[in-house]
Amino acid sequence: MKTNPLRRFAAALAAVLAGLAFAAQAQPSTLRVGLAEDPDVLDPTLARTFVGRIVFSAMCDKLFEVDEKLAIVPQLAASHAWSADSKALTIKLRPGVQFHDGEKLDAAAVKYSIERHKTMAGSNRRGELAPVASVDVLDPLTVRLNLSAPFSPLLAQLADRAGMIVSPKAAQAAGDKFGTRPVCAGPYRFVERVAQDRIVLERFADYWDKGKVHFERIVYTPIPDATVRLANLKSGQLDFIERVASSDIEKLQTDKRFKIARITEIGYQGITINIGKSDKAKDSPLGRDARVREAFELALDRQGLAQVVQDNEALVGNQWVAPTNSFYVKGLPVPRRDVARARALLKEAGMPNPSFTLLTPTTSDAQRLAIVVQAMTRDAGFDVKIQAAEFATSLNMADKGDFEAYVLAWSGRADPDGNLYSFHGCKQPLNYSGYCDAETDRLLAASRSVREPAERQKLFDQIAARVLKERPIVYVYHRKWLWAYNAKLTGVREIPDGLLRVSGLKMP
Amino acid sequence: MFEFLLKRLATLLPTLVFVSMLIFGLQQLLPGDPAKVLAGEEQDPTVIAHLREKLHLDEPLPLRYLYWVGGVLRGDLGESVRNQQPVLDLVLQKLPVTLELAVLAMAFALCIGIPAGIVSAVGRGTVWDGAANAFALWGISTPNFWLGILLILLFSVQLGWLPASGYVSPFEDLGANLAAMVMPAFVLGNAIAAVLMRHTRSAMLQVLSADYVRTARAKGLRERVVVLRHALRNALVPIVTLGALEFGTLLSGAVLTEQVFTIPGFGKLIVDAVFNRDYAVVQGVVLVTASTYMLLNLLADLAYFAVNPRLRS
Repeated sequence: MKTNPLRRFAAALAAVLAGLAFAAQAQPSTLRVGLAEDPDVLDPTLARTFVGRIVFSAMCDKLFEVDEKLAIVPQLAASHAWSADSKALTIKLRPGVQFHDGEKLDAAAVKYSIERHKTMAGSNRRGELAPVASVDVLDPLTVRLNLSAPFSPLLAQLADRAGMIVSPKAAQAAGDKFGTRPVCAGPYRFVERVAQDRIVLERFADYWDKGKVHFERIVYTPIPDATVRLANLKSGQLDFIERVASSDIEKLQTDKRFKIARITEIGYQGITINIGKSDKAKDSPLGRDARVREAFELALDRQGLAQVVQDNEALVGNQWVAPTNSFYVKGLPVPRRDVARARALLKEAGMPNPSFTLLTPTTSDAQRLAIVVQAMTRDAGFDVKIQAAEFATSLNMADKGDFEAYVLAWSGRADPDGNLYSFHGCKQPLNYSGYCDAETDRLLAASRSVREPAERQKLFDQIAARVLKERPIVYVYHRKWLWAYNAKLTGVREIPDGLLRVSGLKMP
Repeated sequence: MFEFLLKRLATLLPTLVFVSMLIFGLQQLLPGDPAKVLAGEEQDPTVIAHLREKLHLDEPLPLRYLYWVGGVLRGDLGESVRNQQPVLDLVLQKLPVTLELAVLAMAFALCIGIPAGIVSAVGRGTVWDGAANAFALWGISTPNFWLGILLILLFSVQLGWLPASGYVSPFEDLGANLAAMVMPAFVLGNAIAAVLMRHTRSAMLQVLSADYVRTARAKGLRERVVVLRHALRNALVPIVTLGALEFGTLLSGAVLTEQVFTIPGFGKLIVDAVFNRDYAVVQGVVLVTASTYMLLNLLADLAYFAVNPRLRS
């Protein structure tokens, strides 16, 4: 029997490709995670990127951890106690914990790590631990952090990179190259890193909570393009991907091979307005008149923005924390769109058709947001011009005050202070708006010194009343972290910081 | 020959110095403060100050250039501020990947472009010519990014035959390596094949109408011999030049293709470094690429010298 040569060729090609594909299959018991970016240096003291924190969460345990409700729970710490004046935090450590190099994790190691965070050249943790004046070792498993002033966000800081404890022996030996071979006390130990290709970790046999560690290896692969990341998941090359494009969610939901997680972020998407950063504020209708800023906010339909820009995968908001957060100021809810009122305000301000430039980074979400804002606010009489600049350039312009309004997102911190203090305190590094108010500064300082949530809430209420009236930042919405993963994968914890926790993950 | 080599080296060294100045100088035109970009979200002033000091950003430009060139002369291309790896290590990691991709892409391009060009020229005006021209139009006008995504959707997502992206060293697993490289190499080769096809066609048409080809035919030689032995050999000269140029371009990294297929080569490295203002990486990679270009040029000149007796006098 004669066969069609074309068919024979196709069959041969399929066989070869299938063979190659089989050769390319990953080994079992490896969790393959697709990241949206390549992390920066893997040293908790020097690290700067969000994506790096995803890798750290598998590699470096912290003194404390945050749970699904953003409550602070112990991790390497067994318990903790505050002094009566809130100026000393005593931490009792979990016994029997080892670093990946076999060294013991004790109070001396905690003291070393915190001092390293505070003193190492280029440390990104110095500011986070600024109020920690000294660290005392009370016994091999007890350490005391002495503060220069009460600092309520400290536990939250110790539940992030500032609370990661590194092996003193390995850190001393590696010096400032520790990030190329980090040694911590997490469930997985570092194996290798090929820049922009992969980060490989393997299970740490002596982990203190090894019963929850089920995969032998984790391979993190940075794939910046969301479509390609998703294609890798669909083709079985990856088991888990972060930051799925919101436009892909609807289709993905109908595919039973995958599960989706939607987690409202602890950060926000906002529009920062230059109200005092530079002389440009005086020349800008938005910068010089609070009524114009109010009109701008009233012209926005936040739900419409969330729908168009994020395919509804965002929770609208008007504050530095989401309405679902326990510290959200309920007395100041999200304002509804009111074009008539916006027009009236502009008329009152004597600027019925104010014109300004909206600076935006060139990311697709930010640009889409700018375009929709431009269209929406036109109804109230605004003439918005869009200026798109690559992120580094836009950041530089914002820092110099060379802007009128700037589309800027913040990844967020577990404690509201991380979303608030540096943005609205006078001359703080992230205060791009130039907002400066002595009373707000006093309230901010007070909010850092009280630990009782109810008392903090009262102070946040007062801060919100002042800040939201001046509108240095018009908060728009809180995006959702969108994860997609193999439906067989169990134990995925949806924690609002958007970091994948690998302990407890299992796949048959 | 030796004198010729010396002369070429004498022009090469100043060119290299000029190129290094150009690389360094042009990079300073990038807007944005690298210390601020590298300082991350927190924008801690002490971190920014530390980075400024580490990168010598407060010092005059000529002095910064000398720091860099001094390092290069000692074989130290600097260190990536973003991930602390020495730039030389990064270059050595990426170069074989880019080289392999370039070789495979050229193999695709040559295997498709030249036969298509010959068929098109020989069968001018026939359906084969039309098909080859349509192919060329497709190859030139298809964006690599789009074709890459489509191939991934077909061969990885739908059929499951090939990995969607990633890279495996051939020394680790040759099968997995080829599986990962076949699609990106095809995407890159497809565009070059189209250009090669057009050039082969026009060169062949020119040669096929030459007197010596008519003579060859008049002598009764078979058409295959006339086309392949007499016409193609002469038509190949401009095609080889073009191929070499395309190969050189491939060596500097295929940014979009590497991005789509997550191939950790030069293109991806340099794009990320530019966006992160990781100056040492940008400078190092561009310097290596430029030097490779110049070296290839020198080798080509030497080869030309060797085969062309008129140059020797």
